[in-house]
Amino acid sequence: MKSQLNANFSRRNFLKTSVLASGGMLIGFNLLTACKKEAVMPVDIESLNFNDFNAFIKISDEGYVTIFSPNPEIGQGVKTSMPMIIAEELDVEWSKVNVVQGALDTKNFKRQVAGGSQSIRFGWNALRETGATAKQMLINAAASKWGVDASTCIASKGMISNSKGDKLRYGDVVKEAAVLEVPENVKLKEIKDFTIIGQEIVNVDIDKIITGKPLFGLDYKADNMIIASVLRPPAFGQKLVSFDATKAKAVNGVSEVIKFGDKIAVLASSTWAAMKGKKALTAQWKDEKLESTENHDKTLTKILDGKKFDVRREDGNIKKAFKEADKVIERTYHSPFLPHNCLEPMNFYANVTTDKVHLVGPVQTPNWTVNRIAKLLGRKTEDIHCEMTRMGGGFGRRLYGDFALEAAEISNLVKKPIKVVFSREDDMTAGTYRPAIKYRIAASLKEGKVTGYHLKEAAINGNMYGLIPNFFPAGCIANYKVETANYKSNITTGAWRAPYTNFLAFAEQSFFDELAAELNVDSIQLRLDLLQNVKKNTDKKIEYSGQRMENTIKLVREKANWGKTKKEVYQGFAAYYSHNTHVAEIAEIVLKDGFPVIKKVTVAVDCGIVVNPTGARNQVEGGVLDGIGHAMYADFSFKNGKPEYQNFDKYRLIRMQETPKVEVHFVQNQLSPTGLGEPGLPPAGGAIANAIHAALGQRLYKQPFINEWKRSRVLS
Amino acid sequence: MPNYTLLINGKKRAVTADADTPLLWILRDELDLVGTKFGCGIAQCGACTVHIDGVATRSCQMQVSVLDGLKITTIEGLSKDGKHPVQEAWAAIDVPQCGYCQAGQIMTASAFLAKNKNPSEEEIRKAMHGNICRCASYNRIEKAVKVAAEKMS
Repeated sequence: MKSQLNANFSRRNFLKTSVLASGGMLIGFNLLTACKKEAVMPVDIESLNFNDFNAFIKISDEGYVTIFSPNPEIGQGVKTSMPMIIAEELDVEWSKVNVVQGALDTKNFKRQVAGGSQSIRFGWNALRETGATAKQMLINAAASKWGVDASTCIASKGMISNSKGDKLRYGDVVKEAAVLEVPENVKLKEIKDFTIIGQEIVNVDIDKIITGKPLFGLDYKADNMIIASVLRPPAFGQKLVSFDATKAKAVNGVSEVIKFGDKIAVLASSTWAAMKGKKALTAQWKDEKLESTENHDKTLTKILDGKKFDVRREDGNIKKAFKEADKVIERTYHSPFLPHNCLEPMNFYANVTTDKVHLVGPVQTPNWTVNRIAKLLGRKTEDIHCEMTRMGGGFGRRLYGDFALEAAEISNLVKKPIKVVFSREDDMTAGTYRPAIKYRIAASLKEGKVTGYHLKEAAINGNMYGLIPNFFPAGCIANYKVETANYKSNITTGAWRAPYTNFLAFAEQSFFDELAAELNVDSIQLRLDLLQNVKKNTDKKIEYSGQRMENTIKLVREKANWGKTKKEVYQGFAAYYSHNTHVAEIAEIVLKDGFPVIKKVTVAVDCGIVVNPTGARNQVEGGVLDGIGHAMYADFSFKNGKPEYQNFDKYRLIRMQETPKVEVHFVQNQLSPTGLGEPGLPPAGGAIANAIHAALGQRLYKQPFINEWKRSRVLS
Repeated sequence: MPNYTLLINGKKRAVTADADTPLLWILRDELDLVGTKFGCGIAQCGACTVHIDGVATRSCQMQVSVLDGLKITTIEGLSKDGKHPVQEAWAAIDVPQCGYCQAGQIMTASAFLAKNKNPSEEEIRKAMHGNICRCASYNRIEKAVKVAAEKMS
């Protein structure tokens, strides 16, 4: 965008304005510069460069507002909800707002990431201030036109008026406003005066989605674009020895077959030809270290039985508590690896030329990916332009950008515009999986109280990080210890929706259900009693709020009629805090021919102010069903380094007839909003496991639950 | 490569392709009709659902050579202006999260409702069972099909 002049730069370093040559006003802002310093990502995925956020607002002469949404859209709704916050404070009618996905601008934008459910939490204040500052500048411009004091003017719905009854539209004063001094300390709206925040605003891309317009990475096309289908080592721990491309090259449409690293790319004029060409390749592989699920299982158990752990948090004296206990309960929980299975398979476009590198596609971490590509190709980041498309799901998989690096590497080798397209089999077998984990949890009970809590984690590759050991029940139990250890595997692993807590919450919340039964107290009452202790705890490291968790639990207890349902309905409860949001869930199960059928899940959520209720409910509904689906059905394993599941014929995702109704209630308060992409998921597995126990008297310790039933019948 | 003439969204379209090329890739790569999505390639997810003579069909399994004379409708041709009752219901209920599977869901739902004007909840759940939504927007899909059915009856 070419601006005529940049007359005024604010002393505030996060906002600047300019007049557009094409008419209208452009406001650019750095979000995180305006965010609080203590805002830290809880998902500290190694070497991501979380510095700044950025975006633009354009106000045309006609008063139409275009908001360039800064953050990648993976289905979490930020392309709708973040612009809503700006529009609220700018005070324009939502019908006059157009939202466009911003490209990665390597000069100005340094923090565009979708991950950790943090977009709204980080953006809240800065987005509001940006909208309010722009509004104040428009008011100031109108006041100066009228020759009146700005304090006598008000703005509402894109119109400025003064006490004499004069009116000007935003579009009438944009030119003047753009060259004014940026005001400091603008007044934000009272929460009660919100007219857009809190409204049910439908997804901004809805019309394109329902009519099949190009939106996603896989839909992107460029002139002379060539499709690349890549053959990767079929097993983790294999290297390429040699290959024969004779048959592949004979496939109609295949233009080239090239080797890069241990991979072979088949380049073709169409996706079908590229995929056919890849199938026609023959290759010899050399085995190095091949791993199997059977061995992982033994290794993780050995770790749990051993003594080599890193202590993540320790309170009181766990040894003493266990020694003096009336009873000690110990349970071990097991989870498999999980692929992400975004429905849009991984893909990316790259065009590497001598002048520049053009990248287009679905990626959750554009900046980090650009930096790695710069390093890989020996190019300056300034030469790389990255455009983000809408993503057909993310769930953590598109954080890793490996597919973009492949596209860049191939394009660099052949000097042609390339799009790498994964088949479903490629996507499921070349993953960055949720690692297999085992938890061993022990508790000491004395005189009807939980006196000690000891959790050990044995995981493949990584371990739970930073903040998780400070989640519930930290601060609730005087003697508390969390320890972790891991086994280094050559299978690539990474973040998967609600990293670590996606399984930990099930283990812990099932365990507490068992403790409540052992202590002969109501399962919810046990949690509420324990939470009283954390309210008095002054440890600043404790992440969650005892009071907010209590409010959330009480809301779900009331909404689900806990303990007061029909005789044939069995309930299970779980509550979990993650990604700064408190969630409590009650699952209801009935038995059909002796099998549990999940009928309903009632959810209470405290995410502060709900920016867009329809989007918020959608995230929670999806998160709960995703949590149930994976706890119930998702299995994944390796044999001699090779994934034993390749497509949806064997790998089971939750489908319509297995889904319960999800009813979502929000705790009403006026606290700053937190994210919702992940927090609905973690409690779901625990809630259904506890309901299944209520129905069948059977405790579940291993995911997927479906394997616990001898007859492999559909649970619906 | 042989030539074929396909009847897509009411128009005759000439394509040159290998006989075994799935309709899915003809639509996406040759005809720029990218609303039909690739999800699994083995008829398990439903993202590629189109109507063939009114029947919801997985386009990843239909070879271009067997489509002569058949009437093919894709999401782009379901309605002129996105105003098919199923599309309207999808917008009214705000169904999508990532949105990737939704064209396939809409094509399955619209073919189903054309045959069953007054479906029960159970029939809706059964009809939609073959389409995977990885974001699990199933509650809203079910509701939108119900809303569309009411409009269409």
